Amino acid sequence: MARTKTAKSGAEIATDMHPDLAFQTFTASKDQLLEFYKQMLLIRRFEERAGQLYGLGLIGGFCHLYIGQEAVAVGLQSAITPGKDSVVTGYRDHGHMLLCGIDPKVVMAELTGRAAGISQGKGGSMHMFSVEHGFFGGHGIVGAQVSLGAGLGFAHKYKGDGGIAIAYFGDGAANQGQVYESLNMAELWKLPVIFVIENNQYAMGTAIARASSEVHLYRRGESFRVPGIQVDGMDVLAVRGASEVAIDYVRSGKGPVIMEMMTYRYRGHSMSDPAKYRSKEEVQDMREHNDPIERAKKALEAMGVGEDVLKTIDKDIRTRVSEAADFAEQSPEPDPNELYTDVLVGSY
Amino acid sequence: MAEMMMRDAILTTIRDEMRRDPNVVVLGEDLVGGMGTAGGPEAIGGIWSTSTGLFGEFGADRVIDTPISESAIVGAAGGLALAGKRPVAELMFADFVGVCLDQLWNQMAKFRYMFGGKTTCPAVIRMAYGAGYNAAAQHSQAVYALMTALPGLKVVLPSTPADAKGLLTQAIRDDDPVIFMEHKALYGITGEVPDGDYIIPFAHARLTRAGEDVTIVASGMMLGFAEAAADKLAAEGIGCDVIDLRTTSPLDEEAIIDSVEVTGRLVVVDENPPRCSIAADITALVARRAYASLKAPPEMVTPPHTPIPFARELESAYLPSPDKVEAAVRKTLAWK
Ligand SMILES: Cc1ncc(C[n+]2csc(CCOP(=O)(O)OP(=O)(O)O)c2C)c(N)n1
Ligand SMILES: [Mg+2]
Repeated sequence: MARTKTAKSGAEIATDMHPDLAFQTFTASKDQLLEFYKQMLLIRRFEERAGQLYGLGLIGGFCHLYIGQEAVAVGLQSAITPGKDSVVTGYRDHGHMLLCGIDPKVVMAELTGRAAGISQGKGGSMHMFSVEHGFFGGHGIVGAQVSLGAGLGFAHKYKGDGGIAIAYFGDGAANQGQVYESLNMAELWKLPVIFVIENNQYAMGTAIARASSEVHLYRRGESFRVPGIQVDGMDVLAVRGASEVAIDYVRSGKGPVIMEMMTYRYRGHSMSDPAKYRSKEEVQDMREHNDPIERAKKALEAMGVGEDVLKTIDKDIRTRVSEAADFAEQSPEPDPNELYTDVLVGSY
Repeated sequence: MAEMMMRDAILTTIRDEMRRDPNVVVLGEDLVGGMGTAGGPEAIGGIWSTSTGLFGEFGADRVIDTPISESAIVGAAGGLALAGKRPVAELMFADFVGVCLDQLWNQMAKFRYMFGGKTTCPAVIRMAYGAGYNAAAQHSQAVYALMTALPGLKVVLPSTPADAKGLLTQAIRDDDPVIFMEHKALYGITGEVPDGDYIIPFAHARLTRAGEDVTIVASGMMLGFAEAAADKLAAEGIGCDVIDLRTTSPLDEEAIIDSVEVTGRLVVVDENPPRCSIAADITALVARRAYASLKAPPEMVTPPHTPIPFARELESAYLPSPDKVEAAVRKTLAWK
């Protein structure tokens, strides 16, 4: 199999991919790159704060942080059309939501289980949703969002609204049967869906090679004729470049695409995972040599963006995140009667 | 006797049964884990620590780490069992029954009957269930009422470390498919566990408190709530029989009926929503079989007929509690 080392990350990226999907690294203007940088930093700071609030006991239950994977969602979602396209993902969902334009306050308040949370405190970190923002969840059952993504794509096709669906899932989720039922149907019916596999090398504590007979997940659609591409998911510009090509392909009615994003999570699977299955050096190495935010920062510096500009950005983002955290801590808890509401549209 | 946690009682029972019978194999997600750059291949040992060390002792042939593929895990367990193995499969959370229900319900549960008694299916499907951890709608469900409703499955709910050992030993040696349900809140509780071979037959409920005024039926985490209420009421001279069902299928009907014939009052505590629940099932049983003994309408202490909410206050309001059990007992006593 043809493989090449990417210049920056050293991650091996496949080159034997579908000719219609040949892509190049995106050439960003200074303003564009600044925007990507801000978005990645917002997610990072938001997640760091969520981690702290969890440590303080203000967030309960399961809380899965997106730290390390920011370039994937930023590179892809910066290329979709807000309000027209749909996004669906699993439980590691905070970052994707912020990129859909959802207010960090209502996300954080959901994490703390407050009435002002986006799911009225009834869903928590794993279960959030906003039709206005084209964000269709926030799902806790591994793999379920993939079939829902096919359905969202089907709806775009029915409506003829030109929209596409983005269905994110993990390397572990890629082993669920319903993923393949969905790939088959999506290709059969030429549904406008991008199946995004965020391959962060681990499913909870199990390394990918222990659970997958084919670890090159971009090839998982081959027997259904769904083309796949593998992308350096630690490089926001590579992700953006690949996404543009994939989006054009899917939007033009040719059917679905798999994007395998090679990425890495720095934190444990969830806040309760001590991550004993990998060495500190492995994580440290990624952070030092491959961090998507640091890479964007270096590129910005090379474009002549000064230290002061970057500092101001960080300060503004920290302020926004602090406001979200304060809001989430100070908002009232849900009214006890909420226990019984919204089970159905009707009543029993 | 040794004092141990419920999770260790489960782990050591699986280990002992694997030593005893080479046909016993375990399979599930993250049972072994690892093969990153640290921790070796046993970095996880099951997220509930109920398979720690098994891989080291029995190796990859008998301790099988699976992909996240519940249908195929339970299906493989079914196939292994048909061919004479004794698989013990783990679903990380009972909620994931939703992914593999076909293999449990349409396959495993029906083999023996629909093949005219030509086969057995000696599989155990273990699963962690229950609420109380703000794990929200898809990781907190009780599920055992649903499992109990399926003919052809046995359903086991241990509430102490000793029972976990006795019931799991029976489950693994049993020739029928057994759903073995472990409450997340009970993994950490400790208790005395008998040494050596220890078997508790199914459909043998356990009387954990004795009294003549009210019968309280419970299982799993609900048992502790029932006992707490009974202890409080005992101080006022109100006596409760507390019955731990241990298995909901098969069900020890006699234990319930015998008790209600003395007390004439029934409170059933169940972690499932009320409709088609164990509480409803036992209430119906008592209405049919002990009608003449009843002095008050039976009470059901269950969550409401809703999904499970995330927020702490809402989840506590959702769950039964010792106070709710106590109130139900008083209600049966106040009936005129
Ligand atoms: C059907 C189902 N099985 C198992 C789980 C438990 N679980 C939650 S996340 C996870 C690992 C998923 O790994 P991956 O798909 O790689 O995503 P990542 O967490 O790495 O983003 C597991 C096993 C679940 N939530 N749903
Ligand atoms: Mg993963």
